[in-house]
Amino acid sequence: MAKRSYTQKEHELLSKASRLFNRAAFIGVLIGLSLAMRWAPVSWFKKPELADRPVLDAMAADTLVIDGIHVSSGLIADDRFNIIKANCMACHSGKLISQNRATREGWKEMITWMQKTQGLWDLGENEVPILDYLSEHYAPQVAGRRSALKNIEWYELEQ
Amino acid sequence: MDKKRTDKEKISATKEDMQTDTRREFIRTAGLALIGTVFGSRIVFADKMPAGLIPVAFTDHPTGFEIPGKHAGLVVLNDKPWNAETPPHLLNDPITPAHKFFVRNNGLVPENINRNNWTLTLEGESVEKPVTFTLSDLKATFKPYTYQLVLECGGNGRSEFNPPAKGNQWSVGAVGCAAWTGVRLKDVLEHVGVKPDAVYIGYYGKDLHLSRDPNKVVISRGVPMHKAMEEESLIAWSMNGEDLPLANGYPLRLVFGGWPASTSGKWLYKIAVRNKVHDGPKMTGTAYRVPCNPVAPGQKVADEDMCIIEGMPVKSLITYPKTGAIIGAERLLKVNGHAWAGDLSVAEMHISIDFGSTWQKCTLGPPANRLAWQQWKAEVKFPERGYYEVWARATDSRGRAQPMVVPGWNPKGYLNNACHRIAVKVK
Repeated sequence: MAKRSYTQKEHELLSKASRLFNRAAFIGVLIGLSLAMRWAPVSWFKKPELADRPVLDAMAADTLVIDGIHVSSGLIADDRFNIIKANCMACHSGKLISQNRATREGWKEMITWMQKTQGLWDLGENEVPILDYLSEHYAPQVAGRRSALKNIEWYELEQ
Repeated sequence: MDKKRTDKEKISATKEDMQTDTRREFIRTAGLALIGTVFGSRIVFADKMPAGLIPVAFTDHPTGFEIPGKHAGLVVLNDKPWNAETPPHLLNDPITPAHKFFVRNNGLVPENINRNNWTLTLEGESVEKPVTFTLSDLKATFKPYTYQLVLECGGNGRSEFNPPAKGNQWSVGAVGCAAWTGVRLKDVLEHVGVKPDAVYIGYYGKDLHLSRDPNKVVISRGVPMHKAMEEESLIAWSMNGEDLPLANGYPLRLVFGGWPASTSGKWLYKIAVRNKVHDGPKMTGTAYRVPCNPVAPGQKVADEDMCIIEGMPVKSLITYPKTGAIIGAERLLKVNGHAWAGDLSVAEMHISIDFGSTWQKCTLGPPANRLAWQQWKAEVKFPERGYYEVWARATDSRGRAQPMVVPGWNPKGYLNNACHRIAVKVK
């Protein structure tokens, strides 16, 4: 179909309408902005204050390592920790790792289970360092049928 | 591990990881702005924050993370998904307050819950016809009931198994007994019409899979018809007279007292009445199952030799005093706690201060209703100064008592009902 060409008059009318529309839109945006400035919470326009610290601290804590322990996850922060963080902690907390103990075979089974049922990806060349890390740091400890009570915090009981 | 790798290679995450991390950074940054604007300059993580408003990114890592609406003394085992247990001394109330009730989640807490358009659908092969109720339909159509019911995680006590079992390493506090209000599942099933071939009910909840894939069902378990039809089996909207806490299933959940708490589906929106044993995620394989026949510690067990856990075994807790008490020369100590026994009741309660050589009978109260825990108390006189442990042992109505050692090993570490004990020193 051939393209219809506008007459000179139509063209002028169209461009006039378009200029008017643009101007109205611009004024609208200005009004909107000034209302926003008036009613928006002050906090939109300033940096987080000291009272926001819990969140900032929490974010900083993500990288905080004390005595070789990554504080927020409780995991041992050796040179393989970043691989663990990238592959494991996208889905679940590091605490799920640090509270568990297993042999290399046991950890491998958990990884296979996560791959089969939980959507974990193929770990590729990272699998070996991940299994090294887990089986070295989080191996089973020898325990009997019942351990002694540990970490007792003694206190004077008022009766 | 090759020490010569460069840092860049060490962090050689897959493409998906990078995307996830970028997305998380974005959520985190956006979340900070959001919190700053919504709450002005003050950020309160605890109960003052409207439930569900915390962006998931904030639950990722904060040090000393606390679950919104929960007591700061709860031990958080896992902050993604939320899992937290209650130390025994915080469970001293006969009815566990909502903020002290343990949290066991398999997935992420649902976001943007609107109870006004929340619905519950009954469907499946063995219903006459699928029916959908709104929350107000449920409340208007059926008579409400309130029962005090014990919920205990099937894996409570897992941390003591050896060889260790994978999963959250619960000690003794994944248990609570609240007063639940709702309608009887039985009344709803009878109203809808259940075919004679019905075998099992399976629930579906709105929790989100850890992968954030909305099509992946996190957990869908259930109970056989005989348990579903018990008078105390509830579709509940209230805990201790208040709305359910978000972390405990708001606005609607199932409650099956005395069975692994994983049968009591949270954020409930669908119940399927099945003509076979329900086969949703965590019903099959080894999940919430133990070997049908006892096995040696560490033994491999084939899936077909694993049987579904039903009623939980007899158990008790010393909730007063807190472990570590030092007492004076009077050498007298009052102790008390709770005891419960799955589908049964507790017949007797004993304590020992000499590692089971002698047992002292305790005063044991009746349950408030069937499947509620029972309160016990005793006064102990210590013979001389020194280190003691008070051990507590409940016996159920069929004569089965708690073992002093960790009971039968099983691959997933369920059903550890070994005696609870506290340490006491006499000056």
